[in-house]
Order: sequence, then C-alpha cells, then structure tokens
Amino acid sequence: MVSMALVPIFAIALGKPFYIALVSRMLIFSIAAVGLNFILGFGGMVSFGHALFIGLGAYVVGLSIHYGVASGWVHLALVIAITGVAALVIGAICLRTSGLYFIMITLAFAQLLFFVGVGLKQYGGDDGFTFRGHSTFAAWLNLGDSTTFFYVVWGTLALTFLLMYRFVDSRFGMALAGIRLNEQRMQALGLPTYRYKLAAFVISGVVCGIAGALLANLTQFVGPAYMHWTRSGELLIMVIMGGFTSVLGPALGAVLYLILEEVLSAYTDHWQLMLGPVLIVLVLFARRGLLGTLQLPPRWASGREK
Amino acid sequence: MLNGVQFGMMLFLFAAGLTLVLGIMNLINLAHGSLYMLGAFFAATIEHWTGSFLLAFLLALPATFVAGVVVELVVLRTLYTRHHLDQVLATFGLILFLNELVRTAWGSTPLYISIPPALSGSVNLFPGVGYSTYRLSLILLGLGVALLIYLLVTKTKLGMLIRAGASNREMVEALGVDIRLLFTAVFGFGAVLAGLAGIMVGPILSVESGMGDGILILALVVIVIGGIGSIRGSFVAAMLVGLVDTMGRAFMPTLLAALMPYSVAGAVGPALASMMTYLLMAVVLFFRPQGLFAAQGG
Amino acid sequence: MIGSLLSAEHLVKRFGALTASDDVTLGIRHGEVHALIGPNGAGKTTLIGQLTGLIRPDKGRIVFEGRDITALPAHRRAILGLARSFQISSTFLDMTALDNVALAVQVHQGHSFRLWRDARTDQTLRAPARAAMEQVGLISRCSVMAAELSHGEHRQLEIAMALACAPRMLLLDEPMAGMGPDESRRMVELLQSLKGRLTILLVEHDMDAVFALADRITVLVYGRVIATGSPDQIRADLEVRRAYLGDRKAA
Repeated sequence: MVSMALVPIFAIALGKPFYIALVSRMLIFSIAAVGLNFILGFGGMVSFGHALFIGLGAYVVGLSIHYGVASGWVHLALVIAITGVAALVIGAICLRTSGLYFIMITLAFAQLLFFVGVGLKQYGGDDGFTFRGHSTFAAWLNLGDSTTFFYVVWGTLALTFLLMYRFVDSRFGMALAGIRLNEQRMQALGLPTYRYKLAAFVISGVVCGIAGALLANLTQFVGPAYMHWTRSGELLIMVIMGGFTSVLGPALGAVLYLILEEVLSAYTDHWQLMLGPVLIVLVLFARRGLLGTLQLPPRWASGREK
Repeated sequence: MLNGVQFGMMLFLFAAGLTLVLGIMNLINLAHGSLYMLGAFFAATIEHWTGSFLLAFLLALPATFVAGVVVELVVLRTLYTRHHLDQVLATFGLILFLNELVRTAWGSTPLYISIPPALSGSVNLFPGVGYSTYRLSLILLGLGVALLIYLLVTKTKLGMLIRAGASNREMVEALGVDIRLLFTAVFGFGAVLAGLAGIMVGPILSVESGMGDGILILALVVIVIGGIGSIRGSFVAAMLVGLVDTMGRAFMPTLLAALMPYSVAGAVGPALASMMTYLLMAVVLFFRPQGLFAAQGG
Repeated sequence: MIGSLLSAEHLVKRFGALTASDDVTLGIRHGEVHALIGPNGAGKTTLIGQLTGLIRPDKGRIVFEGRDITALPAHRRAILGLARSFQISSTFLDMTALDNVALAVQVHQGHSFRLWRDARTDQTLRAPARAAMEQVGLISRCSVMAAELSHGEHRQLEIAMALACAPRMLLLDEPMAGMGPDESRRMVELLQSLKGRLTILLVEHDMDAVFALADRITVLVYGRVIATGSPDQIRADLEVRRAYLGDRKAA
C-alpha cells in the first residue's frame, strides 16, 4: 500500500519527459511481474516463459495498427482473446508436468514463439518493426501523449492490484494456495487441481499480454526480442527481487530492477557484469526478496479472523 | 541428414553433462552453456597463438575443466540443497555474468577457428556422396565419447560410486567417500564434455558471446524428452532432436512450397522448422511426462 | 460383498519385485469401526492408497456403496464421500488451523471457482469449519499457524479436515502415530464419539486403541489378509498371534 502512494509522486515529477516514459515502462513491467506472480508466488508454478505473453500482446497491438485497426477496444479484446487462448493451449500442455520439467517446458515454449517471431520475415523477423499510432479508446484519450499514457498505465496497474487482491482472498485464491502448499492433499479432499492451475495460468498470461499491449504503445516497436528467454528470466528476477509472497512485491521488484539497470548502465557498458553476481547474491541470501524479508508474514496466509 | 546426426552428437555431448549433473546432484545448471562457450573461446585463443588445432584441443579441455571446477566451488556448492528455482535463477545470473565477462575479455566480434588441415576436405561415403571429413570426425568422436561414458558408468568402480551417490548420498558418505569431491569431479567431467562440444563446434560455427544460450535451450528439450538423469535417454533424444531440427530446416520449406505460395512458405518455413523440435517435445511429454527413459542414474 | 459400504476385492499391487497387496479382499460394513492391523511393511498404507485412489491397483476391484470406483481418481472419490487422514500429517502448513479446515469445507462444497468474495468472511465456510474444530477439540487453536501446532494437534487437525467434508466414510491412517499417552487417550475418546455416526476404517499400531474401538479387525501381513473377525476372534487366532502379537497374552 505504501508503494501505491509513491507512484503519484512520480507523476508530479513531470520535469523531464524522459522520466515519465521511464517510469511508465517500470509500471508496465510491474503489471507483468504481478501477473506472473499470481501463478508463481501464489500458485507455486515457476514459468520461465512468461515473456511470450508480453510479446504476444505487443504483437497484437503492433499488427493491428499496422493493418489499420486503431481502436483500443478492439486491441483489448484481441489481446485478451489471443493471449487467453495461447495461455490455455500452452498451459494445458505444460501443466501436465511440474517442478523442474515445468520450468523447462515453459522456457521451451517461449523460445518456440520467439522463433516464430524471428521467422516472420515480413514483419521484420529478427529485428521486429516499428509503427506509428496508438490504441484509441476515446477521442479525448490520446495515448500518444506521455502524461496521458502514464496515467493509463498507472490506472491499469491499480486495477491489476485490486483484482489480484480480491483473487488472492477469494475461494479461488485459497484453493490455489492449497494447491501450492500441498497438491496431493487438495486432490484427496476432492479438488480437480489441474483446471485450477490452468485457470490461474490463463489469468496470469492475459495480464502479461495486457502489459505487452501497453509496452507496444509505449515503444512504438514490436519484435521477437520481447519474447526472448532472457526477458522471461528478467521477469522472474523482478518477481523474486521484490518478493513473491505478496501482491505488491513483484511491482516493487520490477521498479527496482529497472532502476538498477538504468543506474548501472550509466556507469559502464559492462553493467551486465554486475547484474549477474547481484542476482546470484540475491538468490543465495535473500530468498524471500525485498518485500518478503522486510515484511511480516505473507498477507494471504495471515491468520486474521473476521 | 548426416548433418542431423552430427548435430545430434554435439548436442548429446552437451546434454550428457547437463543431465548427469542434474540426475546425480539434482542441480540444474543453466550456465552449462557458458562452459561450452568458454571451451570454444579457449580453443580459439590457443589456436590463434599457436596455429595448431591439436594444441588448442589438448589445452582447452583442461582449461575448461578448471573453469568448471572454479564455478562449482565458488557458486554451485551452496546450490545443491536449494530449490530448483533458486538454481535456475542463480545459474541464470551466472550466464549473464559470464557472457559479459567473455565480451569484456575477447570483445564482441566473433572469432573463428580454422578446420585442422588433417580433417579438412571430404570423405566419399558412397559413390558420389561426399561428406565433410571434419563433420564425420565429429560423429565418430561423439560415438566414442558415448561409448566411453557408458563404459565408465557401468563398468568402473567410479561409475558405481556415482550411481550409488545419486540414489543414496548418506550411504556413500558413510562408506568413507568424500561426496563433495565426487560431485566436483562429476561436475568437472560435465564441464569437460561441454567444453569438448564447444571446441569441436568452433570451426563450424562462429565463436561469440552468448553462443551457449541457444544450445542450452535445445539441450533442455533433449533432457526433457530423454528423461532427466538418463544418459541413454539424452543420447536417443539428442539424436532425435538433431535429426528433426536439421531435416526440418532442410525439408520444411520445400514441403510447404508444394502446398502454398512460395513467398509464404519462405516466411513460415523456417519458423515451422524450429517449431518441430518443440512439437516433438510436446508430443513426447503428452504421452510420457517423465521423458522416454525415466531416470535410473545413467 | 453384501452389506459392505466399502469393499476391496482381490486387490493386487506390485512395486517391482515387491508385492505390497497380495489378493486382498476386505469388506467394511456400514456403521462399523473396522481396524486394519499388521506389522510394519505389511502394505497397510498401500492399501489405503488404493482405496482412496492415489494408487492404482494392478488387479482387483474396489466398490463403494455399490459403485465400482476402481478407475475413479482420488478427488472424485472424495466427492463421493470417502475421506482420508494421512499417516504423515499432510496439512497446509502456511495457513492457520481454521483456514485448513475451511479449505476442506470449501473443496467439499465444490464452488471454488469464485474469484471475488473474500473467502475468510464467508460464513458458509467458517461455520462448518468451526464446528469440525469443536468436534475434535481444537477450537481454541483456530488462529494458530498449522506449522506451529504440536504433533498431537496436527493429528487432530487431520481428522477435522476429514470431518469437514461430511464424509460417508473415514479412512484413518495411523491417527495416533507419535502420540504420547495423554494425547492418545484424547484421540481414542474422539474416535469413540464418532463411532456409530460414521463408518471408519482405522489403520493403527496402538493395540489398546484398536481393541477399545474396533468392531471388527483385519490382519494384514506381507500384503496378505491372514484373518478377519471380531476382536475376541482375532485375539484368539493362533496364526495372528504367531505372526503379529508375538504370542504374548492379549493386552
């Protein structure tokens, strides 16, 4: 909740347009990270391929605009439909495995889509393509204006938080937590766990897809690079960094990671040299992530009686 | 098609180390690809200095072994008892670090290793069908190593220790064997295999930062198909993947061209070809979620 | 088997060279407490696994309330009314005790696809959960994290979770495992209170408890049923004494 208060402050720092775009980017990835965490932190499913949903969402927007469809509503509908179906199909296959196998197979699927993107030569193949235009939702809502765009992203993030909080506390969330904690027990109690995991996977994928759609609007660029497996890795890092035990944590992690990226790359070209060890140290010593180690017991497991 | 076999062999060498470490020490090491890359870089450098491929080969192998051991001691020791996710993330960090390190040390332009004169040219396999000698030697090498591993694991005392250590750590320790030393040795061996693949592949592909990433993903597919921990499985799976991938790339465009306008085939073909391996994996997993040869320690 | 609520017919299960269940035939009558005893490694947990659906038998049939459930997966059997407690406590450690039971209630009710309402304030879940906690005597420990419960309390929680599903039949796998004398006594009292209201298959090592509770006893040795009968019959059975009770006078 504290971090929610921070965000409008950024909005006020309208001094440099660059920062607005930068923070918009951070918020977009926050949305994706929170989406991923629905299945990771709450569902216990580690997907190393979620960048594919981001890329998918971006491609939907990019291609739509390329072909002259600029309506934001259409974009939204298409993103939800396409990422939803993709998540359904991919999840249906991947969720037949678990643990390490699941990690690897999600990774493989992400690479699969990456190669599909690379192979689509008419859309730039490896390099992707740029486009001009944005999703139009209403005449007065110009996503091309960075401030307006920022607020739209901020609004989406807020909405995502709201939804996530409700999902986590709902029956579905409790069932998901149960599956995470002890799947066998859930089955022994009478729950067909597969369909719940699949549903969570689809929700998570769609959220990332929406983030991708926003990303395309921001960068005016679409390319397979969005789906490269290292991007999925980065997403995972963001989630872990911020803390996977809460809804807010991943958002914080995304912001932190991107700040780190900005700061380090300003210092040196070889910033990645630092990033690696940072990650390693993080994993070895701060397992619960930033928010996790700072905070009290995870919100969704609190024993609050009402 | 022979290229497919050759590719499969290299893939097997690479994947064998990975699956060995995973099956025995329960450690998923994404940086395995980095060891492959280091092997290639070491060989490239030595070859440039000395002009001799043989020397490069002989020296780069132990160099990779040392690199592997260092990595194991510094980073991986603490990961053995950790959750797979931690291992994935930590070794991912390792990849980022090593990729950048290599870029810093050797620059971003790709290096090239020339094929040793002794192995250049081609061999006549059947009348009228020639095949690159070098690639043939790769196939033979791969077979040789596979045989070596098989003998090592099934016939020697060391192999027995390894298999025992995989299924029952405490027991082996109680017998007086230093399990950590054993693990380091196994890891080093895996590193050598990866490095070997890197060295041998050097003359065929370009040596650059990040070259290990692509083959890593394919190796993961191989392991998933073959079954974690099973060397036999990785061999079969590597062959399958190698063949499917190469033949897919070669034939898919032509196949598609027969079915649809050429321009579309040209665009979709390569994409579909890459998809073949993943499709294969999806199919295998659908019927046998544990892989073709579920782990039995090799 | 006529009159049986649950029956296993000629079950066979092998794990490689080990035959865990060797032509096991067993019938549990409606309303009785039926104990399953046998030395360690006799295959009792494997049998429970097959009855509840976590393990598929190689041969044989399982019938519940007249229905052949041999091919039914575990979660479907639970919905039919077959509830189980685990030998090694299998609860949701990162949740409170009440949450655990509420989750069991939720699963039993079936409407888990709700995404909006807060499940912790839902009285249709909390009330039955509290009732089950009351029944097993854990009502004072509702807000305690499951991970922090004592061993005995854990076993009680297991039973509460099984009860929360309003089952037709309970399969209890060593509910008294690892309990001290006081805790054991309380558990026996709890089980006695359930007797008659529920059909129970009880797997136990604790002979005092078994003879105090059971209407009938089946003895399993090396995967085979060597005797079934009333406690007196079992006590007197020579083969059983030799194989299991070790020929000492009955406790």
